[in-house]
Amino acid sequence: MFDDFLVRAMLAGVGVALAAAPLGCFVIWRRMAYFGDATAHAAVLGIALSLAFSMPIFGGVLLVSLLMAITVSSLSGRGFAMDTLLGVMAHSSLAVGLVAVSFLSGIRIDLMSYLFGDILAVGTTDLMVIWGGAFIVLGLVVWRWSGLLLSTLNADLALASGFNPKQEQLFLTVALAIVVAVAIKVVGVLLIAAMLIVPAATARSYSGTPEMMAIIAACIGAFCGLSGVQASYVFDTPTGPTIVCISALLFVISSVASRVSFFRRSL
Amino acid sequence: MLIECDNVSVHIGKRSILSQINLSVNEKEIITVLGPNGSGKTTLFKTFIGALEPSFGSIKKKPNLKIGYVPQRLYIDETLPITVTRFMNLPSRYSSDKIETALGHAGVPGLGKQQIQDLSGGQFQRVLLARALLGKPDLLLLDEATQGLDHRGSADFYRQIAHVRETLGCAVVMISHELHVVMRQTDRVICLNGHICCQGKPETVSGSPEYHSLFGLDKDSEAALYLHQNHHKHSHS
Repeated sequence: MFDDFLVRAMLAGVGVALAAAPLGCFVIWRRMAYFGDATAHAAVLGIALSLAFSMPIFGGVLLVSLLMAITVSSLSGRGFAMDTLLGVMAHSSLAVGLVAVSFLSGIRIDLMSYLFGDILAVGTTDLMVIWGGAFIVLGLVVWRWSGLLLSTLNADLALASGFNPKQEQLFLTVALAIVVAVAIKVVGVLLIAAMLIVPAATARSYSGTPEMMAIIAACIGAFCGLSGVQASYVFDTPTGPTIVCISALLFVISSVASRVSFFRRSL
Repeated sequence: MLIECDNVSVHIGKRSILSQINLSVNEKEIITVLGPNGSGKTTLFKTFIGALEPSFGSIKKKPNLKIGYVPQRLYIDETLPITVTRFMNLPSRYSSDKIETALGHAGVPGLGKQQIQDLSGGQFQRVLLARALLGKPDLLLLDEATQGLDHRGSADFYRQIAHVRETLGCAVVMISHELHVVMRQTDRVICLNGHICCQGKPETVSGSPEYHSLFGLDKDSEAALYLHQNHHKHSHS
């Protein structure tokens, strides 16, 4: 069954969606929507490095994303606002990455496939990396859930209950870096942020508790992965962007629907 | 004795925030900490909850001291859906009976199923109080817990605190700007400005020259306010 490239593509999409959804909730709650973007941009530098030292793409991307994540989270709160830091880091690492790629003589890489992903080329080894990464991330999130949630609500409340908000933030950024590294093949650098945020944003209006929001976001993400692969096959469209288009469409429909029902209730 | 600061100084970077604090909190005592902005009130609390270590001096705590903490008016992002019950269950889970009792003690029974975002400022402060009460604290820390409430709302809140102290028997240390409001519910007032300027019974402190110079108050106007509070009686029937 794993021989079929469509099945592999669907499995890969679902794996990324499951890991990205709960993280996406935290990204939204903590108002760090730009963080996914920034880490994803930094990943281009990771691709260049892995090609230069001929190591697996996953390793190079993970290394650079982790560095980026740790730098940003240790610099935040020291004179610069989070969005300023992310802006500086994202654009400079993307630029350095592109310059570094141009130095690689003899190797011609298809940068487009890393920017937009190439989910249909996912092999069995890639699937194992994706699902392994997804399990690690989900494990991290479940293990740190209370501490993460409490530090997101209020750092002082977390401190008073014996959690260390800085440490929780580090767990979150490491998990984000892992998601970026495993997702780069599937949806590509530019669309990872969308996979993080759009399903979680769609889930918001149907959730009463944080847990519910994470679970609904995961279901929406998985659905988008499955239907996106099929739609791209039927309409012969690029797969990564199709997945994101479907989740954007769901977001629009659900926003309109929740507005309408709110309006009806208030009549 | 619940907590005892022995000559505690706290430096953050090269800045000295608190110096030579000698302070002890006794059981069932209500203490109000007053001080201008930047006087180290919140730093004192952070030192109490263990978020900051004293640079000099030492803090002794009663073994297994349980601290309940009510933060300054707290902003919860509206993208985060959370019910009162779920919030109260964070980080440890409690039975729904215990949660309902705590909400009752804080003066907001039956709010459990509400979304936090739908609460008024006063209700939310009381939910925070209820959450702090769940762990059966020996010591309750309130950091400007009535910021953003109107005069009446904060007076009600402090009455609730006095009631909680009587029913649950915990000590309370609170930061407040409103001495005239907390006056009647306080056993001891501490004026803080990097060091302890003066302390004592509320009547003594509000009459002391240190208190007046600390807040830049005109003595007559404060006295008038104080008298107004005490002799203001009328019926609401």
